[in-house]
Amino acid sequence: MDKSKEKHVLRLSGLEPLAVTPASNFINVGERTNVTGSRKFLRLIKENQYEEGLSIALEQVRGGAQVLDVNMDEGMIDGVAAMTRFLNLIASEPEISRIPIMIDSSKWEILEAGLKVVQGKCIVNSISLKEGEEEFLKQANLIKKYGSAVIVMAFDEKGQADNFERRIEICERAYRHLEEIGFPVSDIIFDPNIFPVGTGMEEHRRNAIDYFRATKWIKENLPGAKVSGGVSNVSFSFRGNQKVREAMHSAFLYHGIQSGMDMGIVNPSMLEVYDEIPDELLEKVEDVLLDRREDSTERLLEYADQFKGDVTKKQEDDSWRKLPVKERLEHALVKGVNDHVETDVFEALDDIGSPLKVIEGPLMDGMNVVGDLFGSGKMFLPQVVKSARVMKQAVGYLTPLLEKEKEQNAGSSRAKIVLATVKGDVHDIGKNIVGVVLACNNFDVIDLGVMVPADKILEAVEKEQASILGLSGLITPSLDEMVHVAREMEKIGMQLPLLIGGATTSRIHTAVKIDPEYKGPVVHVLDASRSVTVSGSLIQKEAKGDYVASVEKEYEELRQSHALRQSEKSFISLSASRENSWKPSVEGFKPVKPRFLGVQEVKNLPLEELRGFIDWTPFFQTWMLKGKYPKILENETVGVEATKLFEDANQLLDWIIREKKLQAHGVFGIFPAKSKGDDVTLEVNGREQAIHFLRQQGKKGSGLPNLCLSDYVSSDQQDYMGCFAVTTGGGIKELVGYFEQKDDDYNVIMVKALADRLAEAFAEYLHEKVRKDFWGYASEESLSNEELIREKYLGIRPAPGYPACPDHTEKNTLFRILNAQEATGIRLTESLAMDPPPSVCGWYFAHPEAKYFGLGKIAEDQVDDYATRKQMDKEEIEKWLKPVLNYDPEL
Amino acid sequence: MEKIKEILSERVLVLDGAMGTMIQRRNLKDEDYSGERFKGHHIPLKGNNDLLSITRPDVIRDIHREYLEAGSDIIETNTFTATSIAQEDYDLQDIVYEMNVAAAKIAREVADEYSSKDPSKPRFVAGSIGPTNRSASLSPDVQDPGFRNVNFDQLRDAYFDQAKALMEGGSDLLLVETIFDTLNAKAALFAIQDLEEELGRKIPVMVSGTIVDASGRTLSGQTVEAFLISLSHVDLLSIGLNCSLGAKELRPYLQVLSKEAPFQVSVHPNAGLPNEFGEYDQTPEEMGREIGNFLEEGLVNIIGGCCGTTPEHISVLADLAKTHKPREAGEVVY
Repeated sequence: MDKSKEKHVLRLSGLEPLAVTPASNFINVGERTNVTGSRKFLRLIKENQYEEGLSIALEQVRGGAQVLDVNMDEGMIDGVAAMTRFLNLIASEPEISRIPIMIDSSKWEILEAGLKVVQGKCIVNSISLKEGEEEFLKQANLIKKYGSAVIVMAFDEKGQADNFERRIEICERAYRHLEEIGFPVSDIIFDPNIFPVGTGMEEHRRNAIDYFRATKWIKENLPGAKVSGGVSNVSFSFRGNQKVREAMHSAFLYHGIQSGMDMGIVNPSMLEVYDEIPDELLEKVEDVLLDRREDSTERLLEYADQFKGDVTKKQEDDSWRKLPVKERLEHALVKGVNDHVETDVFEALDDIGSPLKVIEGPLMDGMNVVGDLFGSGKMFLPQVVKSARVMKQAVGYLTPLLEKEKEQNAGSSRAKIVLATVKGDVHDIGKNIVGVVLACNNFDVIDLGVMVPADKILEAVEKEQASILGLSGLITPSLDEMVHVAREMEKIGMQLPLLIGGATTSRIHTAVKIDPEYKGPVVHVLDASRSVTVSGSLIQKEAKGDYVASVEKEYEELRQSHALRQSEKSFISLSASRENSWKPSVEGFKPVKPRFLGVQEVKNLPLEELRGFIDWTPFFQTWMLKGKYPKILENETVGVEATKLFEDANQLLDWIIREKKLQAHGVFGIFPAKSKGDDVTLEVNGREQAIHFLRQQGKKGSGLPNLCLSDYVSSDQQDYMGCFAVTTGGGIKELVGYFEQKDDDYNVIMVKALADRLAEAFAEYLHEKVRKDFWGYASEESLSNEELIREKYLGIRPAPGYPACPDHTEKNTLFRILNAQEATGIRLTESLAMDPPPSVCGWYFAHPEAKYFGLGKIAEDQVDDYATRKQMDKEEIEKWLKPVLNYDPEL
Repeated sequence: MEKIKEILSERVLVLDGAMGTMIQRRNLKDEDYSGERFKGHHIPLKGNNDLLSITRPDVIRDIHREYLEAGSDIIETNTFTATSIAQEDYDLQDIVYEMNVAAAKIAREVADEYSSKDPSKPRFVAGSIGPTNRSASLSPDVQDPGFRNVNFDQLRDAYFDQAKALMEGGSDLLLVETIFDTLNAKAALFAIQDLEEELGRKIPVMVSGTIVDASGRTLSGQTVEAFLISLSHVDLLSIGLNCSLGAKELRPYLQVLSKEAPFQVSVHPNAGLPNEFGEYDQTPEEMGREIGNFLEEGLVNIIGGCCGTTPEHISVLADLAKTHKPREAGEVVY
């Protein structure tokens, strides 16, 4: 490689490199984290809200800033302390510290404070000959020692350079001095002063031209040096006239870059695309910039008057507004645009006359298009939910009128479907989605919400004369509750179809446990997209019989094969499985003594800490977009929608984080522990506390142990075990309520889905802290988020109620020893679901060989033993463990 | 400086291997560490390897000899944790000056002994400067990401004292190694520049970073290229990578350094990745094969070993160095 070509590269770094070469495009410097330029930032710093200040930095990075300018020059602020604190915080935020920092101050002590806290190669902005050569060289020498690039202002003992000659004279003098002390010339950046034009003053006429000429001269005569500048200054005299300013900045940059300008401080939102500046405006702006006419300023001022106060918004294609109202509504529904719904709905009402007919006519027609597109895979769930939001808002405008009309001609033709999350369960994202999708397909959806007891459900079904009932649940006890509802329905002789859905439900459970309890049709619905076809089949009189018969046949076959498999799978006795317990493969393994023992609360953890720990793949699954993150964003079929969804999610997340709409609280404990058979005894505050686990009882192949979590805790030497409970649900009811009130299902689902992700991220985050710091058994660990997701860490954190330890009742113990309800605000429902839903709890095991496993089914001898150990009624235990029993306790 | 630079343009130089591993093999007792002088010290001193330069200089001398015998061109002083910051753990911050001078003297003495035996192969002493156990870029407090338990000035002062003592004891060059936080390393380089001003001469400086995992980043989050850029303001003798991963895993990052660095490039990896017991068990032959590949590819100028490597490993590397040409260093770009 020819290194000489590379000679004048300015190399900077944050966490990642940035090279400024002649070939690289203009480098734009983010300017909002500057107390002299941003009132908002100033206020935040003054009010000591540094974390909020970070979100401004983040916006800059996301907005495309390649270098971040930070300035704390304000009389009321301790600049050294503020610079140090803010840059330290930035260092903790990899998405921001990815890019190089520009330390901006007119005070040397603030510049130096910044240099002491930035690990990457930054830019000092700025020094000058203002205080004389000695001071200049002293500072330059120190900057060199710290390893930073530098901006030199065209300013000397006599003042700021304001014409071409003074600019080049000062820059050359500074350059020669820097060269002499061995300052790398490629690290020198000149700021030859951008001053306003069009001020009406004769001496300002050549301000832009002189800057361009000086830039050109520097690039030609001072090898290696770069040129920068603060662009918005140039349009200072056109304040209040956004359109002219934007055009002027853009034209200035165009000519500046032509002259060799390498970088600049620019507000990207105050920049028009050069090619898109209207010809006439561009001509007049350039007349001023380039001083092309005597009267150019007057002409621009006169022309500019028409744009005054014109707050330009990003132009959107609104040609669809010219279509007939029916087509406009369809467009709005398909595209999910809610800007003009109100106008269009009332216009349609004027045309058609009846609110019901507006709904059943153009609105339902539009939703049918949405339904068809969704059905044929041309639209995806996030879009459909946005469409539904428009629909709901449209219907909202009509509802008051509708009530009147309803009285006049009672009864509507749409089939009603009642949805509910069963008693004891609080999870409802999936149910909400089903509701939205069904509503899009001409169903009248009555959503009863969460934790609905059986009698309330049945009451609503009768009152609404529903055609279909849908039940949802996420945790295993909900399965039983669904069986209970089915029995109750049978008792009072109901016949309507019953749909079963939710993460814990399955076709096999529905077939074996629920269907036999109820004579009416029972159908398991795998996901929201199936709900439409299933419900559709169930309400069409002709098709219904065949469909119900086919489902019934399928379930009967399932039941038979299930019964067969039951008897094939063999189990061993509890004592035999205990003899085949797991042993560490390493002799003499010594448990690591935790650095911290006891209980620690984590109150109000800043949500931005969690962002990097989010596992996005399940988020897309929630929205029924299949694929792994981040690949899904590139996916041929769903990539575009996934990307949009992801952007929406991140925007909402930005807002949630910035406005602190959700609060994250957690608590964890690490305790001395010893295992005793299948129990582990913890020492909590000097008292013994037994934790009960269950052991696999399936017959294993040779060499495979019958696992129990207690195996991972030593029985003969001092060992330790921990537990945790975290939630990101503080404030979620209010937040969801806020969007519900706006009929905004899209964001209702979004908030819940995000909160769930944050809670999981919190568990991941806390687990890492425990592994690396508090327990410290993996203090050297450093895993990427992807590796965390793939569970590459040492030790495990199984959750009570999940495969390794399916007994939900152990949550009671966990909550008691952590005092978790008080510490986090999480409440356990009667089914031991955690409320609010974005909550996670679990046990910590540190053994390096510990791994996640599924318990499988267990036999009656273990249930007897377990009931004794837990001092609980066998019947009660059987109720909780029903899904994992290999026998039917009711037989 | 001139001499080692000259030799580096001609051949591959070999560092030594692990000091800790070799000390561990000797199963030293508490008394070995404390000696008479620190008997009854209020903090147990076992494990404070750098103290052995004072209490058991014979052990350190023997280990240096073993490495020189195996063919090391450059041996590192036993001072990886000999800063006032790291020695605070043992409440021995007051004797770090003595520790560094003693360690450098031992190394100097044995290096000279071997140089005079065979003047065609001069041996050099690199004063080893570790990262300390604190970070200027990372917060130790979960709740307060803006908090730091050490700052630039404290690091600079600690590094200055160590560097000064190392030079005084007779080091030829300084090796700032196992850098997990570039800001700590910048403080070390700042201190070394101060020392150069005080001594009125240039000191050859090697820097070597450590990357934490396959993401190829330092603990403080930098990519290898960003790391290089952040430390290129000093005219280094070499930049490289050590510790962290085994040789094989370091290859893509060495390629970056080899391509971009205007300095010599060094590598002294661990003996493979740790096994499930946390031990390094790569054989000298296996490590030799992997480092041999780097040499074939022309990626490096200086090779050596970190955790888990022994004189047997170094002996294999020394043989490789004889039969391979060094990387052609790019010129300094300024």
